[in-house]
Amino acid sequence: MKSLAELAAIREKMQSKVILREGSGDIRVVVGMATCGIAAGARPVLNRFVEEVSAAGLSDKVTVTQTGCIGICEYEPVVEVFEAGKDKVTYVKMTPEKVSEVVEKHLKGGSVVSDYVIKG
Amino acid sequence: MKELSLNILDIAMNSVRAGAKNVGIKIDETDKSLVFTVSDDGKGMSEEFLKRASDPFCTTRTTRNVGMGLPLLKLAAQQTGGDTEIKSISEDDDRVNHGTVIKAFFYKNTVDFTPLGDIVSTLVTLIQGSPDIHWTFNHKKGGGDVSLDTNALKNVLGDVPLDTPDVLVWIKEYLTEQYDSLPG
Repeated sequence: MKSLAELAAIREKMQSKVILREGSGDIRVVVGMATCGIAAGARPVLNRFVEEVSAAGLSDKVTVTQTGCIGICEYEPVVEVFEAGKDKVTYVKMTPEKVSEVVEKHLKGGSVVSDYVIKG
Repeated sequence: MKELSLNILDIAMNSVRAGAKNVGIKIDETDKSLVFTVSDDGKGMSEEFLKRASDPFCTTRTTRNVGMGLPLLKLAAQQTGGDTEIKSISEDDDRVNHGTVIKAFFYKNTVDFTPLGDIVSTLVTLIQGSPDIHWTFNHKKGGGDVSLDTNALKNVLGDVPLDTPDVLVWIKEYLTEQYDSLPG
């Protein structure tokens, strides 16, 4: 069974990293989590981002956050990627499978997955 | 919504937006019925707003003039023969004891009952999005229960935030194990 002792171990492990985390986070991934997003499948999209960013060892560089309605409900689940010095990238009609590709190619590899980006 | 746990996520998001410091999610489930309650100490709603809260054209959002969360929940409950109940005290009326309680009642033995679905993901999502809120969760089912109190976790974690990936994974597994060991 999971125990609070395991949490204490996580604490020990993290405490050295906490300072490092602050002030970094060059990339911000924002998932729309209003009613429209949730109904369209934003919850598994968000959770996949959280899991894969951590698994890829990108937690120091990438922050995953939630927001309300982005205003293009028909394209939900919508994910925005903000990176200092670059234009915002808006991914639409996201699925957990597409998330894996975005983490690998965009967040890790630095190239936008243009197939999933909203067309002007 | 495909799962009741998505309605719960949606309703709890209202508590987050209402500036709540404490949010409690309770589920009481029997063979025949499921009742869930989301209570918060957020800014609450005025009596006049409360009257309109189940109207799909009522919303606080600014991107468009349609708010669907509560009407969707009401519809989901009513189509099983159940209903919803909202109690709210606005901070303008009571500076101390303000907040909102949303209760939804469902009959399970009907084709229109939407299953609860992945409630663990709902909780992890809420904690990830608002790690500073004090979340409490309790689900009574089949003589057993599953529960979580984020303050108990914070006492162990100290300065390490609840939205640390390793902590979120721990919470997910902690809840999943409790569900797996429920009787029946």
